[in-house]
Amino acid sequence: MSDSSSGIPRDPRRRKALQDMTRFGGGAAVAATMLTAFGVSSRAKPAQALRPPGALPERDFLAACVRCGLCVRDCPYDTLKLADWADGPAMGTPFYVARNVPCEMCDTIPCVKACPTGALQHALTDIAKAKMGVAVITSRETCLNLQGLRCDVCYRVCPAIDKAITLEISHNARTTKHAIFEPVIHADDCTGCGKCEKSCVLTDSAIKVLPIEIAALKQDEHYKRGWEEKTKAGGALVDAPLKLPVRRPEGGTP
Amino acid sequence: MTAKARPKARPYVDARAQKGLWAASRFLVLRRASQLFFLALFLSGPFLGVWIAKGTLASSMTLGTLPLTDPFVFLQSLAARHWPEGLSVIGAAIVLAAYLLLGGRTYCSWICPINPATDLAAWLRRRLNITFTAKIRPDLRLYFVGAVLAASVLSGSIAWELINPVTALHRALVFGLWFGAGGTAAIFVFDLLVARHGWCGHLCPVGAFYGQIGKVALLRVTADNRAACNDCMDCFAVCPEPHVIGPALRGERSGATPVITAGDCTVCGACIDVCSKQVFHLGLRGRNAVRPDPSMTAPSPVARVVSSQPAVLERDLP
Ligand code: SF4
Ligand code: SF4
Ligand code: SF4
Ligand code: SF4
Repeated sequence: MSDSSSGIPRDPRRRKALQDMTRFGGGAAVAATMLTAFGVSSRAKPAQALRPPGALPERDFLAACVRCGLCVRDCPYDTLKLADWADGPAMGTPFYVARNVPCEMCDTIPCVKACPTGALQHALTDIAKAKMGVAVITSRETCLNLQGLRCDVCYRVCPAIDKAITLEISHNARTTKHAIFEPVIHADDCTGCGKCEKSCVLTDSAIKVLPIEIAALKQDEHYKRGWEEKTKAGGALVDAPLKLPVRRPEGGTP
Repeated sequence: MTAKARPKARPYVDARAQKGLWAASRFLVLRRASQLFFLALFLSGPFLGVWIAKGTLASSMTLGTLPLTDPFVFLQSLAARHWPEGLSVIGAAIVLAAYLLLGGRTYCSWICPINPATDLAAWLRRRLNITFTAKIRPDLRLYFVGAVLAASVLSGSIAWELINPVTALHRALVFGLWFGAGGTAAIFVFDLLVARHGWCGHLCPVGAFYGQIGKVALLRVTADNRAACNDCMDCFAVCPEPHVIGPALRGERSGATPVITAGDCTVCGACIDVCSKQVFHLGLRGRNAVRPDPSMTAPSPVARVVSSQPAVLERDLP
């Protein structure tokens, strides 16, 4: 295509065009790199910013959510907000901060229904199965129940009371004659709605909802739980008592 | 090349004198009305409790039945490897079809909330006689479209929406997220002081994407009355994409179509408003007929203008 065998066109206008193309191509590559880096760094959002029910894992969420705000519009409790530049989560994406307005766990899950992209997965039809985060007693030193008092507020407000939060009784070593009613969260049933965090009576909530990737990890693949494998297999996994090698110094007697 | 001539500070003077105020500002008035109208659809809900359009320009639901999704955002989402579940597929198809009919970058001049800001910058530039402009080639934005799509693939996120000042301004207006309007302020300053039509005419990948649709879109502006052109250059002064006019307006000798086929044309109609000789009209792609040279039929130049006026106005009313 070029006018000369060296590959550099002799016609100054075409040479200019080629130069422009290289320059612009280079500029575009720089722009793409910067935007990619920014896209990757946007996956980190503040721990207190929670995604709406049914949200895909953060990485996929940023590929899916078009920042339309339809979920925000259909949330009857004004729980959800769209992120402004300075809010922390990727610009324009929906989030809520439990301590401000928690999710009221609507039976009909209007936010998910409104989502046009599946960033909020339409497969979520039972709000009790939502996983917006997991509550954690982040401050054992200030939680009133853990000091031996009977506050119980987080436990009382939990929509999944006695499943997501239970009170576990133990001996109060300080007074030696009372009990401690420790609020214990069970990640399987906690939806991360944040009602507990919202209602904690302390100035700074002693219970906080954290993102599941921080607070509720999956069981490791390579550590098998013998008792679970046993039920799965429907019986003992090894037939006979194992014959284990005897370890003793050579020549020694039992 | 002709577009390089220094724009006049008051290009509308002739048109107003010869056609009257309305005929010289119809498209401007209609465009502002359209921009306000589309904004009002989104604002009636939060302000009056009457929900017409919910959502934002990225994706919306009108009257609970009509889903609309920006095809460029949709494309980035696909590039980021999300297969959409829900109404966004239909929404994007509807919007794409609409712009294939209505002109592609009609989005830019009739809907985009940034347009009034960049129009204002261009107007101020003319009035304040700011002639300095950085030289950026108009096709730089196409490279940006490529960069945005590449970044979407590589980062697995809808890359442009992370910083897009267009949707950020819309969210500022509709959801009250005012930091998002900062980008628009920067664009205004850039357009005013750094480059003429700097943002919309050279950089914005959203406009560039719609420009690709515009390359095949049906509704176009046509210089079908180009024989009447008196080379006043007013249209070049007001057009946000002056390079699109030349081929159609000056195509007489080469026999090129009078239709402005370039996708960059935003179908804003500024040329139609500003032309005192009624050279431009709205038209359709493929309608390549030119109006006969009026000097063949009309006896004097004065009579020519007067006699052609009423018919033209009727035809143009949307
Ligand atoms: S479940 Fe209800 S309260 Fe919770 S975010 Fe969705 S709409 Fe809002
Ligand atoms: S409705 Fe879906 S796509 Fe729209 S902002 Fe909410 S999560 Fe994102
Ligand atoms: S976040 Fe708190 S209130 Fe909500 S389900 Fe979990 S423990 Fe209960
Ligand atoms: S070029 Fe971009 S900012 Fe300008 S009007 Fe078009 S979409 Fe809006």
